[in-house]
Parts: sequence; C-alpha cells; structure tokens
Amino acid sequence: MAELTYREAVAAAIAQEMRRDPNVVFIGEDVAAPGGVFKATLGLLDEFGPRRVRDTPISEQAILGAVMGAAMTGLRPVAEIMFSDFFAVCWDLVANQIAKTRYMTEGQCSFPLVIRSANGGGVSFGAQHSQCIENWAMAVPGLKVVVPASPADVKGLLAAAIRDPDPVLFFEHKALYGTKGEVPDGEHVERLGEARVLRRGEDVTIVALALMVPRTLEAATVLKREHGIDATVIDLRSLVPLDARTILKEVARTGRLITVEENPRACGWGAEVAAIVSDEAFWDLDAPIKRITTPHLPLPSASNLEDAVIPNVARIVEEIRSSMD
Amino acid sequence: MIDNTLRLRLYRSMLEARYLETRAHELFLQNLVKGTTHLALGQEAVAAGFGNAMREDDYTFCTYRGHNHTLVRGASMTGILGELMGRDCGLMRGKGGSMHLTSVEHGAMGSYAIIGAHLPIAAGAAWSAQFRNSGQVATCFFGDGTTNIGAFHEALNLAVVWKLPVVFVCENNLYMEYTPIASVTAVPRPAADRAASYGLLPIVIDGNDVEAVHMTACDALAKARSGGGPSLIEALTYRHGGHSRADPAKYRPEEEVQAWLARDPIPRYRAQLLELGVDTQMLEGIERECMAAIDEATETARASPLPPTEIAFTNLWADGSASWRN
Repeated sequence: MAELTYREAVAAAIAQEMRRDPNVVFIGEDVAAPGGVFKATLGLLDEFGPRRVRDTPISEQAILGAVMGAAMTGLRPVAEIMFSDFFAVCWDLVANQIAKTRYMTEGQCSFPLVIRSANGGGVSFGAQHSQCIENWAMAVPGLKVVVPASPADVKGLLAAAIRDPDPVLFFEHKALYGTKGEVPDGEHVERLGEARVLRRGEDVTIVALALMVPRTLEAATVLKREHGIDATVIDLRSLVPLDARTILKEVARTGRLITVEENPRACGWGAEVAAIVSDEAFWDLDAPIKRITTPHLPLPSASNLEDAVIPNVARIVEEIRSSMD
Repeated sequence: MIDNTLRLRLYRSMLEARYLETRAHELFLQNLVKGTTHLALGQEAVAAGFGNAMREDDYTFCTYRGHNHTLVRGASMTGILGELMGRDCGLMRGKGGSMHLTSVEHGAMGSYAIIGAHLPIAAGAAWSAQFRNSGQVATCFFGDGTTNIGAFHEALNLAVVWKLPVVFVCENNLYMEYTPIASVTAVPRPAADRAASYGLLPIVIDGNDVEAVHMTACDALAKARSGGGPSLIEALTYRHGGHSRADPAKYRPEEEVQAWLARDPIPRYRAQLLELGVDTQMLEGIERECMAAIDEATETARASPLPPTEIAFTNLWADGSASWRN
C-alpha cells in the first residue's frame, strides 16, 4: 500500500487507464501543461504526450461536445470541467445530448466517457465555485454519478468510470484534494454502484457522501464516546447506480436512517434515499428519517458563514443526538 | 469532374428527398405522422451535393431539419417514414422521432434538436478521426440561426486550433424560425462574415445549385481529409414552407417566395440536364422509380406494427437496461 493524496490519486487513475488502453484521452482547461488548477493531473502530459493529453480553450460546450463526438466514434475520453459550477454553461451537452442519445437512437451508439470536476465547498471560493451539483446530475436519466471520499476510491472508482461503457460524471471534492490515504498497489479498479459500510453500529444508520463522509465518521466517534450512540456509517460512493440494497439492509438492522448531505436541501439525493426507505422499509423504521443538509441557499464566502451552513461535525453530532432523544 | 452518371445521381438524390418530405407532409395531414416535422423542401441541393461527395465512412451531423441529410447517406425511406410515424420499423423504433433521425451504420450520426449542440459534437468526431488517423471527415449542417449561439463559436475556434477534419455547412434559408436572420444578426452573411474570426475563408455558394454545392463539398472534404483543417461554407437557399408544421410562414413577402420558388433546385437542375442532352425518358424513369420507392416505403411503414411498449424501458445503458438502482 502506498499513501497518496486525493489529488495524486486522480492522476494515478488516469495514468493507469491510459497505460492500459491507447484510446483513453484526456482534455480540459489548464489540465496538460499546468497539470490542472488543483494540480490533480500533474505528470500526465509528460508521460503520454500532447496527442493524448490536451489543453482546451475556455469553451465548456466545445470540451463536452468533443468528448461526446469522440466517444461515439471509438475513443474513451476523459474531460475535466474545472469547477462543477461551470456545468451550468454546458448543461445542454450533458443533459440533452450525452445523457439521451443512446436511448433516443435505440442503442445505435454508446458514450464511454468520463467528465470529472471539482465539486463542493469549504474553501471560501464563494457561491459560483463551491456548489455541490451531484443532484443536478442524478436528476437526469442516462448519467452515472460517482462521488468518491477517499484517495483509494478516487483511484479505483475513476478507473472503473473510465472503463465503464456509459457516461460518468465524476465529482471530486475540492476540500478533500489534500487529504491522504492508503491506496492499493498495482492495478486498482473498484465496481460502480456499491456503497461501503465504513463503520457498523446498532443504533442508527447514517448515509454520507464526499466531504460529509470524513465528517460523519468523526461525528460517529463523538456520538459513541460522548452519548453512547453506536452508528453505522455508509459511504454511498455513487448516486447512479444507487446501492439501495446496502442502505435497506443496514436500516433493517438499526431501525433509523439519517442522511448527511452537503447539497442545498430541496431535492437532495437524501430525499430520494428517504423516499426509497420509507416506501420499501417503512416497517423497519423506529423513528422518522432525518436529513442533515446545507440549507436551501447559495454558499456564502467567509469561512465562518460557510461553516454555519455546510454540515460540520458538531452539527451532525447535535442533530443526530437530539433526534435520538 | 462531374459526369453524367454523377449528374443523374445528384438528380435522383434530390428527388428522393423531395418525394420523401412531400410524403411526410401528406402523412402528417392524415394524422399518421404525429408530433412535428421540420421540412427542408427547397433545400435538397445542399443534402444531395454534400451527401454524394462523402466517403462511405464519413460522418454526417445535422439538425432537426435533417430528413434529407439522413436519407442521402443511405438510410432507408421506410426507416425514416417509420420513425416519423412512430412505428417499429423506424430507424430508432420510434424512440427518437422526426427531430432525431440517426443511422450510425450509414454514418448519419444524429439529428440534433438543440440549436448549436452538434457543432462541437461533430468537432469531437473529427478529433477522433484525426486521432485514429482514419481519413474520415465529419460534416455538420446547421441553419443560419445557429450562427448566433455560443456553441457555434466554441466549435469553430476549437476546430481551427486543433486543425480538425470537419466541414461546417450553414444552410442560410434567410429565416431563423419565424424571424428574418438579417434583423437579428450583426453582419449580412451570418456564417461567412464570421469566418475571418477563426482564420477561415469566407465561402458563400448558391445552395440551390446542386453542382456548385457538390464541387464545393468535394474541395472542403479533400482539404479536411488531407490535414488542411476545417471549412465553413454558407449555402444560400430557401425553405418552401414554414419553420415547422405549426408555421404557415405568412411573414414572408409573396414576391420573395415566388422568386425563390422560381429557383427551386429540382426543376432548375432538370432543365439543365435536358440542356446538356440528357434523355427526357431517362429522367422520367428516375422520377417513376423514386415515386415507386416512396410509395412502397409508405405502405411498408403503414403496415409496420407499433413498437412494443417494453422498449420504452430499455437501452438507456450500454448493457441494454435502464436500471439506476439495485
């Protein structure tokens, strides 16, 4: 096992897949020579050259059009959209074109492509560079939506996304880029659509994603130590495919469900999870399902304001504790 | 050089397109085609001129006004009419409809119904061809209205910077939907006057002159194929009808309509062929064959069953399923 940062795992995954498959190519703004504004793709240009690793103009529609056209004609492209907020200027390509064309053409073409993007808040970038937009993606049929929380998952899930025959939106959390973790040596590929139980407790099941995973794990430690509440923590890892089975199984054991979401409240993924559980496991529940989310707001910039809205450890602990009274 | 064999092919292609769309219109009036249609009646010379210049494995990207471009690549009349009629024999078994005709096996890579979207996608297919060194060229057809949307400019810039084998063809029919293009565009030639911004030559052609279109197409495709990069061509033409089924096109001055009807590419080319000494009977033979083909396709499509409802729930993903959770 080697220790990598979350950002190093990005380049490691792309490099692993580019070595394996000559049709994997990678484009985006400032991704090649500069190595990405988050330095997540450093070294790829040096190893694979400008034919396979290319800088683009600031043209998000052109970037996504290029990978769509390339994917439908034999390549396996990876694109970077620098900040996930920028999906708003190329959403037609995502939601109308990439997501729908296989279905509309009754399977005449496939779109084995990955769009990776820096998502989420916590770094005081303000409302247009801090959003969590995985719910936008989840709302569109035809997109797979993968959201890793650890360096090992960045590598394993990004590799799986690149090998997947369908379009995958891969959301990296920008507040996690500097975090470190063990990553298996050699080829590392995970399976898409499998949640992971990180901690097993008897009292409550907490489902989290991305930055909320480490915060929830820390909260679970506090809950156990200070309040005697023993929580199961599930890292959802992907929204589509959604591993409902793992959630239902854990809820059947604990009788309680909490979701911890960084996204604004309305229509967050937790609402879908809650609907599934209340629909299919209502009689397993001992208490109402609770969602802990950012309020339905744009994100403020100042650190204290941002911290007041994005769920933090203290708030997760308090909301869970009070719901168990 | 254009010889008589090619001339007859160009004539046949235009005629097939004309008969197909005229029939589509009739079927709409009989309520056998649902939804909407965007006909390119009057614009057949662009599709015929380009389609007959392409290599079999070249790519075509077009808009919702794309019946002709799909047909000329070799998709069957039955498949197209069937798709318009929502039948199982349709190119996409009724899952796409009039605005999304696609036949990948013929290089017809899709009809795109959001203005501008397919220009960057065509650039992407061209990038793939360049990467694979396949010698293929992508041709992308769009209307004058597209020149005012951002994706047009993003695609042109990228295509030039990456020197992609792609040909952008603006079919300027003078109206963006219901509005005269000149009234909403900063320059008189919506495509050609933008070419210089991307280091391209301004090319304006008579889009109702099928041979002129064909020769321009051959030049642009050869340039792209030999590594010379993209071209932007503005073909002047005219829609005989409105923007879509809902539009009677009353906003167009009668004298303008009459002037363009007099330049209808099909009778015009027929007269030209006769002048060149092509036998009338030969042309009448082609006309009979095309009419027989469209009649047969109509009957086949009408007799085709509706698509089985279960296909509404398939083929979202490459494994054929539409499942998003376990």
